[in-house]
Amino acid sequence: MILQRLLSGDFPRSRFLTALLLAVFTGLALAPFLFPGARALNVAATVCVFVVLVASYDLLLGYTGIVSFAHTMFYGIGAYGVGLSLHSVGPTWGAVFMGLTIALMLSLALALVIGLFSLRVKAIFYAMITLAVASAFAVLASQLSDFTGGEDGRTFGVPELLRPGFRLVEAEVFGTAINGKLITYYLVFCSALALFLLLLRVVNSPFGRVLQAIRENDFRAEALGYRTVVYRTLANCLSAVVATLAGALMALWLRYAGPQTTLSFTIMMDILLIVVIGGMGTLYGAVVGAALFILAQNYLQALMKQGSDALAAVPLLANLLHPDRWLLWLGVLFVLSVYFFPTGIVGKLRGKSK
Amino acid sequence: MTTTPPAATADAELPRLRLDTPPLLVLPILALLALPLIGSFPTWVTLTVAGLAMGMMIFIMASGLTLVFGLMDVLNFGHGAFVSVGAFTATLVLLPMQGWMQADSVLMNLTALGLAIALAMLVTGALGWAFERIIVMPVYGQHLKQILITMGGMIVAEQMIHVVWGPDQIPLPLPTSFRGVILVGDAAIEKYRLIAVAVGLVVFAAMFLVLNRTKVGLLIRAGVENGEMVEALGYRIRRLFVVVFVAGSALAGLGGVLWGLYKETLTAAMGADIMVLVFIVIIIGGLGSVGGCFIGALLVALVANYTGFLAPKIALVSNILLMVAILLWRPQGLYPVAKR
Amino acid sequence: MSEPMLALTGVHTHIGQYHILQGVDLTVPRGELTVLLGRNGAGKTTTLRTIMGLWHASRGALLFDGRDITQAATPDISCAGIAYVPENMGIFSDLTVRENLLLAARAGEPDTARLEWIFGFFPALKKFWNQAAGTLSGGQKQMLAIARAIVEPRKLLLVDEPTKGLAPAIIQSLIAAFRELKAMETTILLVEQNFGFVKSLGDTVAVMDDGRIVHSGRMDELAEDRDLQQKLLGLSLDTHQ
Ligand SMILES: Nc1ncnc2c1ncn2[C@@H]1O[C@H](COP(=O)(O)OP(=O)(O)OP(=O)(O)O)[C@@H](O)[C@H]1O
Ligand SMILES: [Mg+2]
Repeated sequence: MILQRLLSGDFPRSRFLTALLLAVFTGLALAPFLFPGARALNVAATVCVFVVLVASYDLLLGYTGIVSFAHTMFYGIGAYGVGLSLHSVGPTWGAVFMGLTIALMLSLALALVIGLFSLRVKAIFYAMITLAVASAFAVLASQLSDFTGGEDGRTFGVPELLRPGFRLVEAEVFGTAINGKLITYYLVFCSALALFLLLLRVVNSPFGRVLQAIRENDFRAEALGYRTVVYRTLANCLSAVVATLAGALMALWLRYAGPQTTLSFTIMMDILLIVVIGGMGTLYGAVVGAALFILAQNYLQALMKQGSDALAAVPLLANLLHPDRWLLWLGVLFVLSVYFFPTGIVGKLRGKSK
Repeated sequence: MTTTPPAATADAELPRLRLDTPPLLVLPILALLALPLIGSFPTWVTLTVAGLAMGMMIFIMASGLTLVFGLMDVLNFGHGAFVSVGAFTATLVLLPMQGWMQADSVLMNLTALGLAIALAMLVTGALGWAFERIIVMPVYGQHLKQILITMGGMIVAEQMIHVVWGPDQIPLPLPTSFRGVILVGDAAIEKYRLIAVAVGLVVFAAMFLVLNRTKVGLLIRAGVENGEMVEALGYRIRRLFVVVFVAGSALAGLGGVLWGLYKETLTAAMGADIMVLVFIVIIIGGLGSVGGCFIGALLVALVANYTGFLAPKIALVSNILLMVAILLWRPQGLYPVAKR
Repeated sequence: MSEPMLALTGVHTHIGQYHILQGVDLTVPRGELTVLLGRNGAGKTTTLRTIMGLWHASRGALLFDGRDITQAATPDISCAGIAYVPENMGIFSDLTVRENLLLAARAGEPDTARLEWIFGFFPALKKFWNQAAGTLSGGQKQMLAIARAIVEPRKLLLVDEPTKGLAPAIIQSLIAAFRELKAMETTILLVEQNFGFVKSLGDTVAVMDDGRIVHSGRMDELAEDRDLQQKLLGLSLDTHQ
């Protein structure tokens, strides 16, 4: 069956999960028509990009058992690669591809070097080294302001086809204008879908199964004759490449690349949270997690603000509910889910259906 | 930089004392090489003292972390929280005692500061104890969860600082008698940096004495090398570990106060920011080695100060370059800890 | 006969998913030296580690001096009176000889008279008293490891392959040490592959294979019965040169 081929035989295996995934898929596929308005479309595009970003991270964390703090670095390289290229060359497709190529090569080189350098040692070593490298990269990006635009980042024009002013057809379809913004959205959506299916294929291939064997018992995998360093480094490179592509998509969508939207540690935390809450070691967790998380981020914070305002008289409580303390609750949620739901939402759902 | 010490031969009837000196020589060599590059002796002195001061503070913050790792194979990514909490706790004493701090009396200044440090260490020590109980203990031996959970713990702690102390950074002026510079020849040296160096040396010496002269210290060193054998001799390694964890947290708190005064402003993220340097330091030193941590801290800080002056753009990544260079020379760090 | 110092009944031990000990029955009589023989990978080290609580038995019971230690933690087992010399000796190479012995003496400082007694058969330890243990030779490390186990009197001594990789001269001094210990009626469980070394030392003997005890009896009987030796140890003497 086609579906079987597309999903690489890895079905959700839970009725509720299937329904959830279908809902997310339809929601995203028809977002411009179902949820009109710039904000809603922005949320949908962000979900698309984060699904890919988180899924590629899960390839490392969930499938290979490597903790990396450099994922946002690769994401940022993608965004900056496209952004800076468009900024300096001008809004052409050539610039997009040039920027993308350079970004991919840089990511690949960095992933290879970091991987070969530190993956032979313990997971902990790798976590520390990626943390150091990523933070140095973030500092570099914000300090080399002549080149990167510093803290402000860079806004840039995109090719004609993707500009909001561009109209493919004059008529409106179901009350929605077929303009450049819509085309960009579908570019993001389709690329994200393709990348996700690609990752699904990878984790269900023999290569993916070796990665899982390494995660379970690297000593034994080595004894079985697998070069664990090679496999880990490959996974690292693949994950970096996909993150770079996700970054490029985000840059095209936002028409902006800057440290806050790509390199910041907050985004790294978001990724970690989504993986853990969605479910480590299952790519569907990335879909469910990203959708829930981005929705909550965009709409729950408003709720927190209301709560905080209502409690303004009680000083400490008001502070606790202040929208800026969003991260506090995420942190608590994160710690609790690592303890109590190490398999995340998807793990829970699958466990129940068995 | 390629002179590795002669390997101790196995069959030697007379055991040879093997003193691993090359790492010790790196520091003076680095300082001497920097002198002609910088060109001016007074500037060099200023930079070197600044580097030593910064290095001492990093050492104070990092030492506990490296021991905690050595003893139980636990890497606490939330260690930075103790740094921030320590610094912010100090304000509970320092802000009400502003008068004492600004008074032109060394004694009053010292009293206020001493009280602040004592409170900060007490609070971070207690917090460390709770952190070990609640956050770390359930995930012994599970590296992946450990990294995730301690990271989560740090986020929560950092956010709680915001809840308690508000979202803004807090200015923390130096006490009067610590301000200003001392002129040595043409070189201007900030008083506070000398104090930081002195405190760092005292902490290092105290730690050295404890680790070499007391039974607990010996047990800690033995435990870093072979925890199972320490247990087989009848000692509870977990108890040792809690002691080290609490002491390390309290030291991080002390480091936080010193660092906050050095920067003269406090932000909740200061701990997380400095953690990057701390990690680099303990990797360079060799995970689990206090001596390596000391040299690593000084090395990182000196390199940061020298390159900051010579080539500010490179300074941003100087730590990484230094780490790469050291690891190429000694893949396990300057003083690899013998394990089982 | 009095109650044995140590008795294992039907002990099973798993390491991860591997089932290593598959029902070990072993008794160590009081005041005697029991030798545990067996070829490589038979499970001798695992048996000692299970006794020390470094692995936990998944089934069966361990009785030490009348006390159930099946689920006890390593430090408690140690404090109950078992000293352990592991296969890799487990000395703290960063610490000096003195400091190694200091940690082994739970009472505080090691007793001077007892130290002198130990120096009597391990003179090297006196010579290198303040030297880092990591700089000692292999034989000296083994002496230190044994000295650490006997620096205070214990009820039971577990020693894992002390002769491994040592020159004959040093093995002689180990034999001397074990004779001294036997003279003081110390209860010892000694794991060995070197039959020549233990032939004259052992009182009782147990032979292990594939996670089970396949023979146990008096050492003098086994020492005389060539056929039995051939049958039981042919295996182990083949693999051992
Ligand atoms: N940590 C471990 N993980 C998995 N298997 C182990 C582990 N330790 C030992 N084993 C297995 O347990 C079995 C028994 O090992 P053990 O070390 O007890 O043998 P031994 O009789 O002491 O052998 P030797 O004479 O070589 O020291 C072996 O098959 C070994 O492979
Ligand atoms: Mg063995």
